[in-house]
Amino acid sequence: MKLAFSTGGTTPDAPLDPRFGRASAFLVLDLETKEFDLIDNGQSVGAAQGAGIQAAQRLVRADVKGLVTGHCGPKAFQVLNSAGIDVYYSNAGTIREALEDFENGKLSLSSGADVRGHWS
Amino acid sequence: MATGSGSEGTIKIAIASGKGGTGKTLISTNLAWVAREDDPRVVYLDCDVEEPNGHLFLKGEVERSRVVNRLVPEINNERCDGCSICSDFCAFNALATLKESTLVFPELCHSCGGCALVCPNDAIVEVEHPVGTVRMRKVGELATIDGIVNIGVSSVTPVIQAVKQSIPAGSIALLDASPGTACPAVETLKDCDFVLLITEPTPFGLNDFQLSVELLRELKVPFAAMINRVGVGDNRVHDYCQSEGIQVLAELPNDRRIAEVYSRGELITEGLPEYRAVFERLYAMLLDRCPQNGMAMEKSNGTM
Amino acid sequence: MKQVVIISGKGGTGKTSLTASFARLAEHVICADCDVDASDLHLLLTPQETVRYPFVSGYQAVVDPDLCDGCGICETVCRFDAIHLVPGTNGDGIQAKATTSCEGCGVCIHLCPQQAIQADDRRCGEWMVSTTRIGTMVHARLQPGGENSGKLVTTVRNHASKLAEEQGVEMVLVDGPPGVGCPVIAAITGTDLVVVVTEPTVSGVHDLERVLALAGHFEVPVMVCTNKWDLNPGMTEQIEKVAIHAGAQVAGRIRYDAEVTIAQMEQLTAIEWNSPSSGDIRLVWQAIEERVSALPVSPGG
Repeated sequence: MKLAFSTGGTTPDAPLDPRFGRASAFLVLDLETKEFDLIDNGQSVGAAQGAGIQAAQRLVRADVKGLVTGHCGPKAFQVLNSAGIDVYYSNAGTIREALEDFENGKLSLSSGADVRGHWS
Repeated sequence: MATGSGSEGTIKIAIASGKGGTGKTLISTNLAWVAREDDPRVVYLDCDVEEPNGHLFLKGEVERSRVVNRLVPEINNERCDGCSICSDFCAFNALATLKESTLVFPELCHSCGGCALVCPNDAIVEVEHPVGTVRMRKVGELATIDGIVNIGVSSVTPVIQAVKQSIPAGSIALLDASPGTACPAVETLKDCDFVLLITEPTPFGLNDFQLSVELLRELKVPFAAMINRVGVGDNRVHDYCQSEGIQVLAELPNDRRIAEVYSRGELITEGLPEYRAVFERLYAMLLDRCPQNGMAMEKSNGTM
Repeated sequence: MKQVVIISGKGGTGKTSLTASFARLAEHVICADCDVDASDLHLLLTPQETVRYPFVSGYQAVVDPDLCDGCGICETVCRFDAIHLVPGTNGDGIQAKATTSCEGCGVCIHLCPQQAIQADDRRCGEWMVSTTRIGTMVHARLQPGGENSGKLVTTVRNHASKLAEEQGVEMVLVDGPPGVGCPVIAAITGTDLVVVVTEPTVSGVHDLERVLALAGHFEVPVMVCTNKWDLNPGMTEQIEKVAIHAGAQVAGRIRYDAEVTIAQMEQLTAIEWNSPSSGDIRLVWQAIEERVSALPVSPGG
């Protein structure tokens, strides 16, 4: 199973970016092999609108099954949810800490967006 | 697409300002109220569709309302194969393609029609989607029209256009514009016959006034100024108008009683009748500056 | 570092004058003018510009006159009435030209048989970093007719925070945009405290309710201060009740003060001018500072 983390860095020791849509990248970790990949999200950082929607589609295409991030708006959540991607909220400092919390079952599966959209 | 009302003989005069709080709503509501008594053609339009406040002063029950729609895509998910050509094309991120389906976010759509055009599977049709409401009231003899955009809708342009398209033929419409120089103000002002710019004699007032002047010159719409709260500051706005050849059609003094009457949601032409004459003269001057006003100030009572 | 955003709902409540006074009273502060549509803070703080950046958002169609053959397909398909056939620049024939109404949808680009149209970055304004007598200031100017998408607000705010981190400044004071739309949302998301400046008028109350509802959504602590409170004392009480009911804290009342305009003409804050309302402003600022110091330390710094 592949799990994505929103981040501004390039390694598992990088900080977890609390933002989803406007995070500059996603680190995608294969939980079985422990190998990781990086998905660039630079285009969404500068989007005038709909950054979260665009970012969510990147994760859909990367065949990700779960996302760990700080916050997620309603539109992005709808895309992730429709694509069967589980969303976990975390306020951990780094990706590694967030992963530990995930593996120890400390992160619970969220049932909805935790922030309002830019327009609501 | 095409904007404004094409109604023959309609005159559109906008009351605008570079920043909020200069008295735009105070002046446009009182102007409409006084002008209607002598001229049955007058209607009041509140084009500040994000924060329509005119109805707090011109109070009346909504008699009629109309939903404003815009075209947004509808996906036939039986035909959609998840190719993502439409979502890649959309410049506004209003579409999201999943494995074998596509989601639509109508609030972000600008109705360009591009997605339906590029879809290789004929899976997209455009359907109407509500974005706001136009409301009509009768306040005494005065007809008022305002628009209110639904919360969450990103583009206010269609609602402003719908308000302007509701002007009855042959009217003289007084439009309360959104403050500022961004796109909602442009949408209101661009096809008006004349604009009255409200400002106040303070450094902030002058700065924001200059930005509006720049905008109106770019839009090539004729305009004049009205200065509110005269006495509060200095002469820099007056001097600027003189050096730029901008006429000052009217002034209101810095009278604390005006602020108090306004704070209670009352019209100053009712609460402080000595100010009626200012608005009567102002209306006559505005009408004189609209070249197609063939009828001039006709004291008509034949339409009762 | 803490971010405090001053907003007002409707314009003309004295938000910018108060922001400048608060900045004067704060010991170390960076100001961010996010009221980009009618920015006035620079008139009080007289900034000396050090850098200027273009602000681009979205796209705009640009026609290559050498490739365009004037077929007019773009004009027919454009839903925004934003591209027209005009006489060619070198006197021969007609050519398409995009106007400022272009929303950058890309339909004309897709359909142009000559591939003569391209999408360019759309320039909507510019933003600047300046020095003032009070400290560093980040501010912006929107081009007339430009679209204030909230992105410019975010750009200004983020840069101000970055500078605060670099300079070790404890507070960023944001002069927020009016209204309840996207720019305001961009100004208040993720801040530490929102201060709403309102006035005791029917419009003021009407807009305050919408602003409080908005701030409530984001779970940001809110304080409300009533400017020109003595214009309508009854309504001021009503405002404070509305504020408390919505879970906000009352920051205080500031009297109607005509001398604020005189200070403005001298390019000074009410505090520097020692205007009659300056005592009220000091009390309100004290309440804000107390609230800020009681806030938990934010995780990201």
